Amino acid sequence: MKGPNPRKFLLVLTPTPLSALSGIALLVLILLAVFAPWVSPYPYDVQNLSIANQAPSALHWFGTDDFGRDVLSRVIFGARTSLSVSLISISLSLFGGVIIGAFCGYLGGWVDRLGMSIVDLTWFFPEILLALLIVAILGPGSESTIIAIAIAYLAQFTRLTRTQIITLKRQTFVEASLSMGAGPLHIMMRRLLPNAIAPVIVVAMLSTGNAILLEATLGFFGMGAQPPIPSWGGMMSTGSSQLFNAPWVIVWPGIFVALSVIFINLFGDGILRALDVKARMRTQ
Amino acid sequence: MLLSVEDLKIGFGLLEPLVGVDLGVDAGEILGLVGESGSGKSMTAMSIMGMLPLMGGRIKQGRIVFDGLDLTTINEGSYRKLRGGRIALITQNPMTSLDPVVRVGRQIDQASQLHLGLDRKEAKSRTIDLMDRMRIPSPQHAYDLFPHQLSGGLRQRIVIAMALAGDPDLLIADEPTTALDVTVQAQIIQLLVELVRDRGLGLILITHDMGVIAQTCDRVAVMYCGRVVEYGPVARLFDDPRHPYTRALISCIPQLGMAPGTLTGIPGMVPSSQNLPKGCRFHPRCDSVLDNCRLREPPMKTEDGRSVACFLHEGGQR
Amino acid sequence: MLGYTIRRLLALVPVFFVVSGVVFLVVHLVPGDPVDHLIRTGSSPDQRAEIIARYGLDRSLIEQYISWLGRVISGDLGTAIVMRRPVATLIWDNLGYSLALGGWALAFSALAGVAAGAIAASFRERWIDHGLMGVSLLGSTVPTFWLGLLMIMLFAVQLGWVPVSGARHWTSLILPVLTVGLGGMALVARVTRIAMIETAREDFVMLLHAKGVPRWTIQIRHVLRHALIPVVTILSLRIGLIIGGSVTVEYVFARPGLGSLLIRALSQRDYPLVQGCLLFLAMAVMLGTLLGDLLQAAMDPRQRDEATR
Repeated sequence: MKGPNPRKFLLVLTPTPLSALSGIALLVLILLAVFAPWVSPYPYDVQNLSIANQAPSALHWFGTDDFGRDVLSRVIFGARTSLSVSLISISLSLFGGVIIGAFCGYLGGWVDRLGMSIVDLTWFFPEILLALLIVAILGPGSESTIIAIAIAYLAQFTRLTRTQIITLKRQTFVEASLSMGAGPLHIMMRRLLPNAIAPVIVVAMLSTGNAILLEATLGFFGMGAQPPIPSWGGMMSTGSSQLFNAPWVIVWPGIFVALSVIFINLFGDGILRALDVKARMRTQ
Repeated sequence: MLLSVEDLKIGFGLLEPLVGVDLGVDAGEILGLVGESGSGKSMTAMSIMGMLPLMGGRIKQGRIVFDGLDLTTINEGSYRKLRGGRIALITQNPMTSLDPVVRVGRQIDQASQLHLGLDRKEAKSRTIDLMDRMRIPSPQHAYDLFPHQLSGGLRQRIVIAMALAGDPDLLIADEPTTALDVTVQAQIIQLLVELVRDRGLGLILITHDMGVIAQTCDRVAVMYCGRVVEYGPVARLFDDPRHPYTRALISCIPQLGMAPGTLTGIPGMVPSSQNLPKGCRFHPRCDSVLDNCRLREPPMKTEDGRSVACFLHEGGQR
Repeated sequence: MLGYTIRRLLALVPVFFVVSGVVFLVVHLVPGDPVDHLIRTGSSPDQRAEIIARYGLDRSLIEQYISWLGRVISGDLGTAIVMRRPVATLIWDNLGYSLALGGWALAFSALAGVAAGAIAASFRERWIDHGLMGVSLLGSTVPTFWLGLLMIMLFAVQLGWVPVSGARHWTSLILPVLTVGLGGMALVARVTRIAMIETAREDFVMLLHAKGVPRWTIQIRHVLRHALIPVVTILSLRIGLIIGGSVTVEYVFARPGLGSLLIRALSQRDYPLVQGCLLFLAMAVMLGTLLGDLLQAAMDPRQRDEATR
């Protein structure tokens, strides 16, 4: 068994039409976020109380909020916060989880037991409570949200990497490397991690969807990005007080949260399926 | 004939894993179905059981006549009454063939309750009786065990008892001993043979073991790549194999007293059904290829009770 | 089986000590001083010192931990600093609300999820499968609080069928249960579907068909029964979610509950209450996991034998 060649790895991912479309939609969403200042029709923070709480119209496609700000523009700028916070937190979580998991799995013994029992403590609390607890310790804001989400998902990546490493460690090619005099670090970096990482990355992709939901929930509790920076959760938080006379203020960010999570799920499912096909081809 | 399969062709999408299969079995008779894996033996069994639709396949052509009834024309409801009732199946792997969370006795009961209309108590006494006849030690106790608590040989006896519970006329045993220890294999085969002789069942014994065929069967059909290539009484087929594939299979049986190094295999591999060779399906591996073999598929020729599909025997001449 | 249960319970004892230590320490990481909440009205330094001494906040962390643990083991979770009521009583009062919401939501997501998953698996790759799975995917991708708000808008405000919020009448439970339940249903449906599809490929299912067992009997009595084993595991792992994870929904519907209690305690820096809630949740999760394992063993004779060996 050789380490996967990244170029071939991508080639095998011939996606289903649905997951390909989802991938494109995700890309569009990310581009919207990146180029927000250029694509959004209005600045996100310009208030105009004379047009507060207006229903969607030709001028303001998604309507306006209680400060008369354009909801469409705020949704586009909110994508920046929501997507970047989720991506960064999942990357952090993935990075930490892979390192801890790899060491625990490779070294075994008391290091493993200690490391895993600390990481496993996070299993004891529902994600949302854990995140709220951490934000309560660190104070509200985007940085705390990132750390809170990263910690909430740490155990999952650690467990997964550890299991992968332990399974791979028993396989013969590691024995072969050892007998050829390769050092433990070399084995870990060159042999084990490349083989273990693919499924972990797919799970990370799927988790990004959950992270977006978690970020939105923290934002809804007023714990996420602080005003006037728009985030989807934050918009829904302030919008909930206007639920009955300006429902569009919360409806649109919610739809965007749901859409991004759906796209991520469908895209991730497609990749999972492709990987599964690949694995099956390898065993035959 | 209890069962006769006539010119059967099945399809899975565009693939045709079985083409032109003809065979038959009588009550009290054992028909051997032999060939390498992928030759279509199990597909033949599935076709007779009417279970192709479950796997996404269908019968494209031909008839399966069981006791005067063409099974290709009946609906699923009537077929279901036959399955496990008059026609029963014994599968390959006793380790995975039993429901792991149901007590083995109950699994046998199920068949007699379904097909003989017994109530639970009657079914249980029938099951214990059957288990006893399958020589399962202390059947009263074994009735309440779960599959994982039994050895492979005992589990296969449970599977056989399950097949017999519906009082079948025809039994299809798909490699019933492949997953078992050699010592247990002989016992299971012995058990099956006794059933046929004592109860007058028809048995289709699917195996890749020519030795088993030689010892137990009355007739044998040799399959290759979804076709029956040779079919006839077992003694004559072994004495005078006509198809080169049959000859090759027989020469693969190890015998005591053989000089070391004389045991032969068949060169090459069974081609997949996606890319069958043109002409005779066996010609790339055959040791006596004629020009014709590469161009056309040899038709089945029948002559005094035995048939062969090979150009070497076209018109019955050598 | 009983021996196994006892062994598993004993194995939880060291976990309890670790978790209680962490819970105790975490609380002290929360910035802010609970005493400030008590003396907001401008009391004298003497009063402040008296309060500090009363709650033992002047002693070292180790001392505080040991005395706290001692009291916890004897069943006394202390008194909430801000709410001035016994922590155990507060937890008990709120637990009822959480269990009502969580229990019904669990029942809903289990029943609807298993049904949806079983139907989808039985009509695999047909429109009913895609439809059911699409809807349940939708259920797990929208934010819970958003779903709750939309449901309030539709059913409580527009149609006026149920109360908007509160917890006075049983009808006020309907929307929260649906909101929480729809999220859980998606997961249960997906697990059920996959497990059933995988079970249907097993040899023994083939042999059940060969035995002439009717297709629906096979699907329900055999295939579904196997698929329920992983579903039970998933559900038992979510027991924490059931007791404390509905905090968002409690917030949206203005319902009391353990999650809300904890959030309130956190914002008020009410140490004993935070500790009590966290410890209670952790214990519930541990017991839930244990319960799941026991249920699994009860459903699967193979695991039963392995566990009791």
